[in-house]
Amino acid sequence: MKLFYWLRLSLLCLLSTVAGYNSQADELKAGVFSPSRPAPDFLLKGSNGSDLKLSQYRGKVVILGFGYTSCTNVCPITLAMLSQANQQLDTLASQVQVLYLTVDPQRDSPARLKEYLAAFNPSFIGGSGTAEQMAAVRKLYGVTAEKHDFGKDYVIAHSSFVYLIDRTGALRALMPFGHKADDYVHDLKILLKE
Amino acid sequence: MSMNFRNCARWTLIVVVLATSSWAAFAPIKFESREALFEIPKGTFAQRMAGNKVEILPNHVYLTLGIHDVLLLKNLDDVPQIFGPTLMMPGQSFRLPFEVASDNQFACSAHASGQMTIVVDPRPEWPWQKIAWRIRTLYRTIHIKLSTSAA
Repeated sequence: MKLFYWLRLSLLCLLSTVAGYNSQADELKAGVFSPSRPAPDFLLKGSNGSDLKLSQYRGKVVILGFGYTSCTNVCPITLAMLSQANQQLDTLASQVQVLYLTVDPQRDSPARLKEYLAAFNPSFIGGSGTAEQMAAVRKLYGVTAEKHDFGKDYVIAHSSFVYLIDRTGALRALMPFGHKADDYVHDLKILLKE
Repeated sequence: MSMNFRNCARWTLIVVVLATSSWAAFAPIKFESREALFEIPKGTFAQRMAGNKVEILPNHVYLTLGIHDVLLLKNLDDVPQIFGPTLMMPGQSFRLPFEVASDNQFACSAHASGQMTIVVDPRPEWPWQKIAWRIRTLYRTIHIKLSTSAA
């Protein structure tokens, strides 16, 4: 009887340890919103030639980023990282969609976005629209974009994080700039499991 | 008598300095939680609309890896706010863990400057690092308190 009691206690300890380990492992590395809210929908011109509507990607985990093709420091790093994460996901990659919306609609046509994004990964889809449309989408997502003129040319200082949207279309997390591909893979696998 | 008093004072000072240094070098650094919590109180927006200056966050938030390295933001106000790195709905919280020592700048409508810097320090492992960390933290705390009272 006593042996049975100790066996049961040991099993409980083991289970709680495993549960504790799993809950730690299941913690996202990105910043998490609680409670999550539906990701605001938008309708833009996609770099794939079709309309780009966020809600059409329900069922997939969406990585939503903001940037522009003339960006020299933040965007190439983020996109290279996302491309690396995409490769690491292997067969799961088909369940993840990267959407990259321009903060520079003046220069970034859907065709230009397509050419630029294809250099990182042909499956990435860009989104563009009128300046007003893009400003409205940025506002919905709390994204900043500030134009700085340098003679004839200009650069845009913009928010560098990307959002993670789950299969149900909920805005779940925000990955700040600088995280490695492994961190993306870690979080995407958690979201894909749900 | 005077000589004895001086000797006694000197030795007391030496003991106090040694004890403080030993504590600073060897005592573990602890926080109640790994989370640094910042909240936008209810009514902040209304107060601002009424023309009152409301400071919610310090311009610099200091975190330490492995000890106090999670930023927890809560919007308790009735309106959405750009708070720290993101847009937060009323009643929503945002929990951001850091794993790399770094300086992070975020746009933040909760600040008059519109900007917020989160400094993540590496975890102090060695005794001299712990002493440096405590001195730095003390200096920052005083600096934040002074700048808050000046505002």
